[in-house]
Amino acid sequence: MKPARFSYHAPTSVEEAVALLAELGPQDGRILAGGQSLVPAMAFRLARPAHLIDINGIAELATLQATSALVSIGACVRHAAFESDALPGAAGALLRKVVENIAHYPIRTRGTFCGSVANADPASEWCCVVAALDGVVVVRRRQGTRRVAAAQFYQGVMTTALQEDELVVAVELPMLPQGTRTGFAEFSRRKGDFAIAMALVAYRLENQAMAEPRVAVGGAEPYARRLPQAEELLRGRAPGAEVFAAAAEAAAAAVDPMEDINNTAAYRRALVRTLTRRALEGAT
Amino acid sequence: MSEPCEITLRINGTEHTVTVEPRRTLADVIRDDCGQTGTHIGCEHGVCGACTILLDGEPVRSCLMFAVQARGRAIRTVEGLQRGDQLHPMQEAFMRHHALQCGFCTPGFLMLAVGALEKWPDLGDEQLIDILSANLCRCTGYENIVKAVRAAAADMKARA
Repeated sequence: MKPARFSYHAPTSVEEAVALLAELGPQDGRILAGGQSLVPAMAFRLARPAHLIDINGIAELATLQATSALVSIGACVRHAAFESDALPGAAGALLRKVVENIAHYPIRTRGTFCGSVANADPASEWCCVVAALDGVVVVRRRQGTRRVAAAQFYQGVMTTALQEDELVVAVELPMLPQGTRTGFAEFSRRKGDFAIAMALVAYRLENQAMAEPRVAVGGAEPYARRLPQAEELLRGRAPGAEVFAAAAEAAAAAVDPMEDINNTAAYRRALVRTLTRRALEGAT
Repeated sequence: MSEPCEITLRINGTEHTVTVEPRRTLADVIRDDCGQTGTHIGCEHGVCGACTILLDGEPVRSCLMFAVQARGRAIRTVEGLQRGDQLHPMQEAFMRHHALQCGFCTPGFLMLAVGALEKWPDLGDEQLIDILSANLCRCTGYENIVKAVRAAAADMKARA
């Protein structure tokens, strides 16, 4: 089908965008970034926004900046930006591992990191990254800026702490200490499909033992989150098949999986077990 | 503005000034308003890839953009591949390797493959298949498409 009528607004600055959003948000106004989820929803008329505020013309939102401490991903940075070697360190390596799992190349050239975070699809790989690394969502409204931690940002399936007059301007991720090993594994029935489940792990070695372990699972529950029960089994232990299997078992036990027409909760739980183990075994 | 507005699209180097509603997708405007019907529309929700075009050199689904968003951008469609009477190496390879049957998906595959190879001339087989998995073909079963794109890759490098 064809999208329903809407009014189109193309601000050229963040100030202009949040002023428009303050006025039009309450009148069913939506932000248009990469459009790779919103436009299909509009084509199906599942979404019929009265106003679209297109942020693609705001140059300051297209920046990807890395310091020694964190990487700041502007709202118009496309998925494809993470396919190159542009970002250094363990965080850059992790983002490169993850990005190839996101949809297909012609979608990655348009879709944005922050759009995926704001859309909060349970199967979003970037949402899993933000949860795993305790990222911060930087949110602007006309009155000012607030910074929302990942654990507070996600509230349910495609539901976030974002208010109708708020624009995600950036997401910040920690650069991860040097030597951090990361692993990512997901399962979908066809390449590029929405993941049925995914697991992301990170740890570094301190005297041959795992330190600062992170285990996050996405796709299985309404939103991605860290699983402390699995992390505790890794902390202070040497990496190895047995400890990885135990952590995978703990991850499977900790989740409360969603069910749908194709996937039972038991199936998703089994996937969480397998994918957590694969992510740990594959971590480099 | 939900009212029609005048925009200029640059398609294969030619400017088309058209008046369109903001809700019109780039794919529809390329075909219906600019008359460039080589770009095909299959699913209209970003799954099939038939409407793939190059936007500033990058393959994108033209059904997942609004035409008003493409103002000032360089749009390339299948009509822009050949030079005079000379087909693009990718088009020749598709003919030679029987990489099309009904031809509906072909413009999308051509633009996807040309865009990818112009960016990465040395794509390996695995990456190539991964990229081509973005688009759907219901006739040939992909084997010949992969063969054609491999052959064209060598040809494009030789002519570069």
